[in-house]
Amino acid sequence: MACTPTRWITPRNPSDLEAGAARAPAFALVSLGPLLLLALMEGLVAAAVLALTAVGLSLVFGVMRVVNVAHGEFFMLGAVSAWFVTQWVPGPPALAFAVALVACPLIVAGVAALADTLVLKRLNYNPEATIVATIGLLYIIQQLALSLYGPDARPVPAPFTWRLQLPWFGYSGYKLAVVAAAGAILLAVWLFLRRSRAGLVMRATQIDGETARAFGINVDRVYAGVFALGAALAAVAAVLIVPIQQAHYLMGGDPLLLSFIVVIIGGLGSLRGTLVAALVIGLSDGMISMFFAPTLAKILATLLVALVLVFRPQGLFGGRA
Amino acid sequence: MRVLALHLAVIAALLAAHFLLPAYHHANVARVMVLAVFAMGYNIAFGYTGLLSLGHALFFGAGMYAAGLLVVYQGWTAGPALIAGLVGGGLAAAAVGLLALRTAGVSFMIVTLMFAQAGYLTVLYFGAWTRGDEGLVIPAAGRQLGPLNLSDDGTRYLVALALFAVALLANLALVRSRFGRVMVAMRENEERSRMLGYDPFRTKLAALVASGLYAGAAGAAYGVMFGYVGASFAGIQYSILPLLYVLMGGAGTALGPFLGALAMFYLIDIASGLTTAHLLVVGVALLVLVLFAPRGILGALRERLAPWLP
Repeated sequence: MACTPTRWITPRNPSDLEAGAARAPAFALVSLGPLLLLALMEGLVAAAVLALTAVGLSLVFGVMRVVNVAHGEFFMLGAVSAWFVTQWVPGPPALAFAVALVACPLIVAGVAALADTLVLKRLNYNPEATIVATIGLLYIIQQLALSLYGPDARPVPAPFTWRLQLPWFGYSGYKLAVVAAAGAILLAVWLFLRRSRAGLVMRATQIDGETARAFGINVDRVYAGVFALGAALAAVAAVLIVPIQQAHYLMGGDPLLLSFIVVIIGGLGSLRGTLVAALVIGLSDGMISMFFAPTLAKILATLLVALVLVFRPQGLFGGRA
Repeated sequence: MRVLALHLAVIAALLAAHFLLPAYHHANVARVMVLAVFAMGYNIAFGYTGLLSLGHALFFGAGMYAAGLLVVYQGWTAGPALIAGLVGGGLAAAAVGLLALRTAGVSFMIVTLMFAQAGYLTVLYFGAWTRGDEGLVIPAAGRQLGPLNLSDDGTRYLVALALFAVALLANLALVRSRFGRVMVAMRENEERSRMLGYDPFRTKLAALVASGLYAGAAGAAYGVMFGYVGASFAGIQYSILPLLYVLMGGAGTALGPFLGALAMFYLIDIASGLTTAHLLVVGVALLVLVLFAPRGILGALRERLAPWLP
């Protein structure tokens, strides 16, 4: 979990310069209102991506009781593979991006399913052994990305460049599309878990794996599926964010840390709590890093998480212990 | 008797190595001995007491920065700085333990990880003093331990060996004492130990503080001996490395941490010669160990051949 001393999910892409350019004179010229609006919109984008990533982590922990330290690397893998896909697919950026949005999560899900079968299953999902094993996975994936993809940060073109022109500043339409897409995907995941048979099987396994097995559910397959689904959610989040924030082999550290924070504050394994916490943390991260030093914000956030785990292990929002 | 003889033999062999090893390996082994002290500390918490911490970089870093900052800004010499490092590591462990030991298992791992991450970020935040990732170079005066000059290779090796020997014998005494047995009892069955009248919280806290003392001393020694103090030593990787050393050498064995540190150090060293991807070796080693050899080298040896190993 190599943490680069930069900002969290907030953008650092040149294509975002207009928002940044609006930010600098905004302090001098415009009143606080538009600045808050900008912070709110940036926060919404961060929250949307964070919610996707964290729900993946939460799902894996909830059903399998596995703390997946390599989750951030699945995120990174999604972004990096999106770069490769957009390089190989000819035609307009929108088409290449659409292909990446479908293909990359599938690739990452495949990698995750493989990791589950080869490693986690053989450890019998022992919580402590799986943490050590996923730390190993983290190093392996990170190094392979460095060797095959290189140390550079590379941009992926956005599928469209439409801008929303507000009275005070122009805002990237793509970012709003990210928020909408994340919302739609989260809704789909929720419907899948609540309404489909596969979702029912997953929830049954979460509540009582032994009994589920006794009723003829192939628990091993459910686990592989859940692990793949969790990784795919991180990959989708990464593909969505990669036109805003470039693909880099160390980019997994911050999403991992933030997802941890969200999942713990929201209550380990509670999906609703995760969503609420992602919204709160994403928004406040956007706000805080606009007004305070990001490192200080990170210090406070990590300490908060540690204290929540110590004093309120069921999370701040989760009612269920 | 046999146990004591074995450990003294290891120390004697390392002393002999001082005269025999070529310069490159001589310098490496000096480093490995300091890292082994760190790993021994980790072993006290993880191997004997069953506390799987992911935050030992905080204790290592606390010792290193306690020593480094006092040397650089207050002009302390190496002797007092080492003691400051020892105290720093112990205090950090006590502070973390008081909070983190209210949790167990996975929560304990995450809480220690978060505290260590907060510590690492704190080092970066106070970059004006710590110079962040760039780090501080320890001035010559700070590398003077009484009459001994730690920037000299031979002296450094012998001081590292002395530290290692003290740490190893103290470790041996600790785990063979009554308290050491209570620590193992906590690992094996906490509820039952509680029923027998031992206080789990106090035992675990004491073990964690002992572990922090080791880590702090190792951190301070690493700083003053090799003349550099940097934020990367407080980073997550230095929480994972002692875990890796201990897993490889054998958790809950007195010599395991040294053996693991030596093996891992050379594994990474050889791999760096072949490829730039030395973290890959760390990752693969972690996976292989946890999958196929969860007991490590000495753990397997103890199981099959030598049940008397401490």
